[in-house]
Amino acid sequence: MSIDQFAQYLISGLTDGSIYALLGLGFTIIYAVTRIINFAQGEFVMIGGMLSYTLAASAGLSIPLSILLSILSAAAVGAIMYLLAIRTARRASVVSLIIITIGFSIFVRGVAAEIWGVNTMRPPLFSGKTPLSLPFVDAVITPQAIWIIGTAVVVTILLHLFLKYTMVGKALKACAVNPEAAGLVGINSKAMALIAFVLAAVIGGTSGVVMAPHILASYDMGVMLGLKGFVAASIGGFKNPIATVVGGLLLGVVENVAVGLNWGPFTSSYKHVIALAVLLLILLIRSGRLASEERAA
Amino acid sequence: MRKYLRLSIMLTLVVALVAISGISCGDGGDDGANETYKIGALFSTTGGASNLGVPEENTVEMMVEQINADGGINGHLLEVIIYNDETDSVKCANLANKLIEQDEVLAIIGPTTSGNSLAIIETVTSAEIPLVSCAASADIIEPVEDRYWVFKTPQTDRQIVAEIYSYLQSEGITKVAIITATSSFGTGGKKYLESEADDFGITIVANQVFDEGDTSMISQLTLIKGTDAEAVVCWAIDPESAVVALDMQTLQLEIPLLCSHGIANQGFIDAAGDAANGVIFPAGKLPVVDFVPQTDPQWEVLTTYKADYEALYEGGVSTFGGHAYDALSMVVIALEDLEDDLSIDEARAAIRDGLEQISGFAGTGGVFIMSPTDHLGMQTGSLALIEIVDGEWTWKQ
Repeated sequence: MSIDQFAQYLISGLTDGSIYALLGLGFTIIYAVTRIINFAQGEFVMIGGMLSYTLAASAGLSIPLSILLSILSAAAVGAIMYLLAIRTARRASVVSLIIITIGFSIFVRGVAAEIWGVNTMRPPLFSGKTPLSLPFVDAVITPQAIWIIGTAVVVTILLHLFLKYTMVGKALKACAVNPEAAGLVGINSKAMALIAFVLAAVIGGTSGVVMAPHILASYDMGVMLGLKGFVAASIGGFKNPIATVVGGLLLGVVENVAVGLNWGPFTSSYKHVIALAVLLLILLIRSGRLASEERAA
Repeated sequence: MRKYLRLSIMLTLVVALVAISGISCGDGGDDGANETYKIGALFSTTGGASNLGVPEENTVEMMVEQINADGGINGHLLEVIIYNDETDSVKCANLANKLIEQDEVLAIIGPTTSGNSLAIIETVTSAEIPLVSCAASADIIEPVEDRYWVFKTPQTDRQIVAEIYSYLQSEGITKVAIITATSSFGTGGKKYLESEADDFGITIVANQVFDEGDTSMISQLTLIKGTDAEAVVCWAIDPESAVVALDMQTLQLEIPLLCSHGIANQGFIDAAGDAANGVIFPAGKLPVVDFVPQTDPQWEVLTTYKADYEALYEGGVSTFGGHAYDALSMVVIALEDLEDDLSIDEARAAIRDGLEQISGFAGTGGVFIMSPTDHLGMQTGSLALIEIVDGEWTWKQ
């Protein structure tokens, strides 16, 4: 592998990784506040991506307006999901709620297939498609990849600031650390859960809008993305947003560099196997730790 | 609100009407009139191969309507029970059993994908029911002694590989990079790309794969860019092939891209945009029907099918709908010779024999002459080498 090729693998790794990181953040926010693993996270991304196609390419709206509307719609779906599907079943166990999220994701995919059909769509690129050459090495990056990486950075920073410096953000964190104690000091945990779902949907919708011109949008794009985001969130332990982002980036880079190594198990045949192997490893290590945490609690 | 109410009442009435008319048809059959011929179909109308399955389903629904409007087959109405296998081979196998055991169909057409077709060969063989697959892999009908009950209509991957390689040979290209999907379709293509290369004096300098649903092939193509490949051959269906075309454009990898017949679909051009231009692939003549001369034996079926399909459905014809057209047409040919008062097992066996005796049927995919040793029977001259120019299919002769 030449240094030029390595640079190219790194670029595509960071692009893929940013996508996984954005997905993982959605998982993390909802899990931290509600202990629910939301398997419909990928559907928020799909809604963002597909709507932005409909609005920008078919309805002819300007790109900024279509982005805004797509994100708002994803947020609305997040709120509806919480209010109709999760809140009404609040007496159910967490496992049942997780299964409800799977059901919801299948429902959303079905509706999307009815609305948009089953073809793959490509929304317009934000700033053209002429790839930019990197300095010093012979590698290229597309403008859309810069948008994706940039979005991941901005979303991570904003989320960090929100959780650290705003009252709502602190209340969310309090719910994550200890829901009962948070309730005792007057934090409305149901409102916080709603906020978590909307926040995750906004992040999902935003990332869907930004990534769709790069990875193409289809009604079932959320499935594989959700899986990768789940791996990223597992690396982050489902609680720490920064660790989730690092996990997502790591996963993206490892997958792409593995293809470049082209040696032993590190070939393109095993690109996804690597992600799943990482997931298994983490789950094995963490299951011990989670069990001991549970005992301590 | 009132508008929606009225609409939903109307819809309910329509559904009720359809249901009632369905029942009365059924009664007619029991009253001694000719029994309805029941055929099963398994298509992937959702999931990874949905771009292929949807036109197949549309085609079959259109044909059933046409056949019954013309009075059916020798006075028998035709009913095709279509199930969606969701591009999932386990679901496909279950649905195949349902068609055989519960619905008691006479023959099955489909499945859409090679993987699903291979998954139900055992089922149809032990149940002794004829299957006409709409999928590509040669393994579906070979070895023919183990495929007594199985036929197929699309050209095989080996035929397509030979077409691609002989084109490359004529262009003087000897070093190629191959990039294939890990699906059954992709691995089938990979097998023949590897085994046939020597015969055409071609060296494979890079051999990369990707999974269905992958959204970036930059890494694999970067590796290919580092070799001295003179052309890339991609073997996959359309969303992933479009990603290959787009990523080659991004990496400024300016060597020819050749694809399989898996991209003979408007979806490929829509998804790849101007990266689709210059892509070359062999397929049936349906995409380039405007270039087919009237003297061609397939001219009539191609133009009629295209006109009928496009009058009913959006999105234009694809070869995949054509494969279903050919499959159902062949079953209908076999049904035309079916004697009355046979038991279901006898009828299934008679249809199988009828399929094997089909000779000179001009379908959308080619002219077919079936035989006990060839359950595809596609004659040479059935393929066209297609190049995408300015977002349109053109026949590269």
